[in-house]
Amino acid sequence: MLCIIIDDDATARLIIKQHCLNSKIINVLEEFSSAIDAIKYLNSHSVDLVYLDIHMPNFSGFDFIQTLKNPPKIILTTSDRNFALEAFEYKSVVDYLLKPISKERFEISLEKLETILAVNKPVKKHEKLSDYIYVNVDKRLVKIDIPSIYLIEAKGDYINIKTIEKNYIVHSTLKKIEDKLPSNLFFKVHRSFIINFSEIIDIEDNSVLIRQLVVPISRSNKSELMKRLNFL
Amino acid sequence: LEQPNLTFIKEIVGDDEAFEKSLLYIIKKEFPEEVKLFTKNFSQKKFKEASSNVHKLKHKISLLALKEGFDLASDFENELKKGNTALHYDFLEILNKIHLYLLL
Repeated sequence: MLCIIIDDDATARLIIKQHCLNSKIINVLEEFSSAIDAIKYLNSHSVDLVYLDIHMPNFSGFDFIQTLKNPPKIILTTSDRNFALEAFEYKSVVDYLLKPISKERFEISLEKLETILAVNKPVKKHEKLSDYIYVNVDKRLVKIDIPSIYLIEAKGDYINIKTIEKNYIVHSTLKKIEDKLPSNLFFKVHRSFIINFSEIIDIEDNSVLIRQLVVPISRSNKSELMKRLNFL
Repeated sequence: LEQPNLTFIKEIVGDDEAFEKSLLYIIKKEFPEEVKLFTKNFSQKKFKEASSNVHKLKHKISLLALKEGFDLASDFENELKKGNTALHYDFLEILNKIHLYLLL
């Protein structure tokens, strides 16, 4: 996910940048001390997310949001609690972080973001997806039968596709493969794991048993998972 | 009486010493500049601008784990918008505490 950071305070920018770096799923493209400079940048660049300070001289965070025709997802950052109600009047705002931002709160925010993106993603109801997927393994294109995949795990720059017959280590991201899979069969339970619904054996607290493997479920993804299950 | 400390910064940076160093470097660099701007605006009775300066300083006050200082700065920021300067000396005391701490 590509993001920019807008904050007139360099310490705040550094903290957000470092948290993004540790997250491994957010790439910071640029940082700006002025919202106006950021608008100029966005005229020629596309981003998925903006970390936006509300209180900036001359041009506030809210001014920034109102200026953009199609704003990306926005996470507001501020030292004040007072703007929370106003903040969520904007459709693009997905979270509201109080500065200084702790690691724990930043991670919760990412989980929230992932859930929102998953919920907003159109369900591919009538779309005919291929029953196979081709992946590049050691310079060979290998054909994998999609229903045979029971789990996909992110490992740094690679993903481990586990099928009934064997495992495939592929240089790719969970996001890319998720887009190729039927959403009625597969679900991202955690930022590092996609599971095959039909392979669930049981669910206990914040983990799911897939074949012999215990897979964690993000707090924020659990409610969506429960909604999608056919249970009494 | 609360004193500035690195508890909160340590929570944010974890074991990352380079990150801690960078953060402290920026605080030491920006703090005097922000105080200078606040002093200038306040002495010229530009209270709205001074209130914005207090707002920016609040982040550093909070980073240095001064919870009461942060609350006082928030009150001062709001009062300044109305032109009320009653909390000025209390606020200066917080700035002075930070100034002395950063010198160490």
